[in-house]
Amino acid sequence: MKKTRLYSAHKKEGAKFVEFFGWEMPIEYSGIIQEHMAVRRKAGLFDVSHMGEIVISGNQALDFVQYLTPNDAGRLDANKAQYSALTTPQGTFVDDLLVYYMDENTYLLVVNAANTDKDFRWIVDHQKGFDVDVLNQSDDYTQMALQGPKSPEILKPLTEIELEKMSSFGVERGAVAGVEALVSRTGYTGEDGFEIYTLAQNPEKIWDAILEEGNKYGIQPVGLGARDTLRLEARLMLYGNDIDDSTTVLEAGMRWLIKFKKGDFLGRESLLKQKEEGLGRKIVGFELLEKGIARPHYPVFIANEKISEVRSGSFSPFFQKSIGLAYLPLEYTEIGTEFAIDIRGKRIKAKVVPTPFYKREEKR
Amino acid sequence: MYPNDFYYSKDHEWVKIDGDNATVGITDFAQKQLGDVVYVELPQPGAQLEFHQSLGVIESVKAVSDIYSPVSGEVIETNEGLNDSPELVNEDPHEKGWVVRIKVKDKAELEKLMSVSEYEKYLEGLEE
Repeated sequence: MKKTRLYSAHKKEGAKFVEFFGWEMPIEYSGIIQEHMAVRRKAGLFDVSHMGEIVISGNQALDFVQYLTPNDAGRLDANKAQYSALTTPQGTFVDDLLVYYMDENTYLLVVNAANTDKDFRWIVDHQKGFDVDVLNQSDDYTQMALQGPKSPEILKPLTEIELEKMSSFGVERGAVAGVEALVSRTGYTGEDGFEIYTLAQNPEKIWDAILEEGNKYGIQPVGLGARDTLRLEARLMLYGNDIDDSTTVLEAGMRWLIKFKKGDFLGRESLLKQKEEGLGRKIVGFELLEKGIARPHYPVFIANEKISEVRSGSFSPFFQKSIGLAYLPLEYTEIGTEFAIDIRGKRIKAKVVPTPFYKREEKR
Repeated sequence: MYPNDFYYSKDHEWVKIDGDNATVGITDFAQKQLGDVVYVELPQPGAQLEFHQSLGVIESVKAVSDIYSPVSGEVIETNEGLNDSPELVNEDPHEKGWVVRIKVKDKAELEKLMSVSEYEKYLEGLEE
């Protein structure tokens, strides 16, 4: 099993580990609920070095990224990152990802750990005709996420980067705790915060400095357990649960990331057609109206007919109830529509609710 | 850590015998494995349980886990406190976090369970 460069730091913090797609990762430290609430109210620090980093470089790097992804990478510059996807010709997901502009001939794609090898092959398989090089740098990068309302105050004394000029998805480069890094105002929790990437051999200097500085604000190291509950409350998609190669970008409710006007890209025709003809189904957020917890793959029923399955489903530490995501036929996606979920043989009532379940109060 | 007068199952339930009745819960090891408990599905009083039959379900944030009855008999009482405070299973697994009381049908079955020293040895084996 692969270990991140921060493995011994997690051991020191008393982490419980889990195998996650070939990586030995912290699942929790003090407990999922406590870590979850620390991120909502104060701050949390995550090791997300298992994420994949794929670099596309060459004269046609931008053209190639434009071809692979539905968002408009032409709008990026050294100070702006972007959420996007790798799409199939059918308009479904190979993966979702972040795109960073490194220089005019170099783009960095940050992809899911579970998909890194598959994505790399997908990209290489489609590079014919483009003057580009594709490099899988996943094992070289350490990635940390500092998330929560206190994040700017904690990071500020550790770096010369002017954090206050970074808006959402802003990118800056500079030293953090004396270690060269790329910092973006991004995350996977629904809170303000930063993701920090470094190729340095001593990333634990950043990790230790953030925990030390954050101590007075109540920072906690946070594992994959709370990362999942945080992202679900914020309705951030998880590949393999909510989106996959059978769900289109439109069905997943991400019309906003498709820029049809930018020109051709993989899946453009299918998505355009689906947009014009209308959707048969759409992803919705739900909450349970009775006791129980809806978990992934539990059957979803409408009028005694099995319609689909729960995609993501969990207890929400913030709202103290069971929430989740499922695809429903379009006519059942109105807010307030009731349906049922089979939990161990019992039909439990659920209701379509607005998403994101959790939205932070904007201060910036 | 583990009370001397309890019996223990391989599935990490504990049993405390008081006359004909057994109080049943899950062990400290089990609650640590599960993490934060958020919901406990309890059986109905009067339910008849076979040895190793599922008597209820414990849900933590990340997992759902059956509780297997370590004895056969009739459910006479459940810990209603767990409805409002499921976290008692984490905070005090061997006392306030008890799950059910069962009128034991056959005390000879207790021989299938482990003593505290046997259970501690069993845990050492698991942690290796």
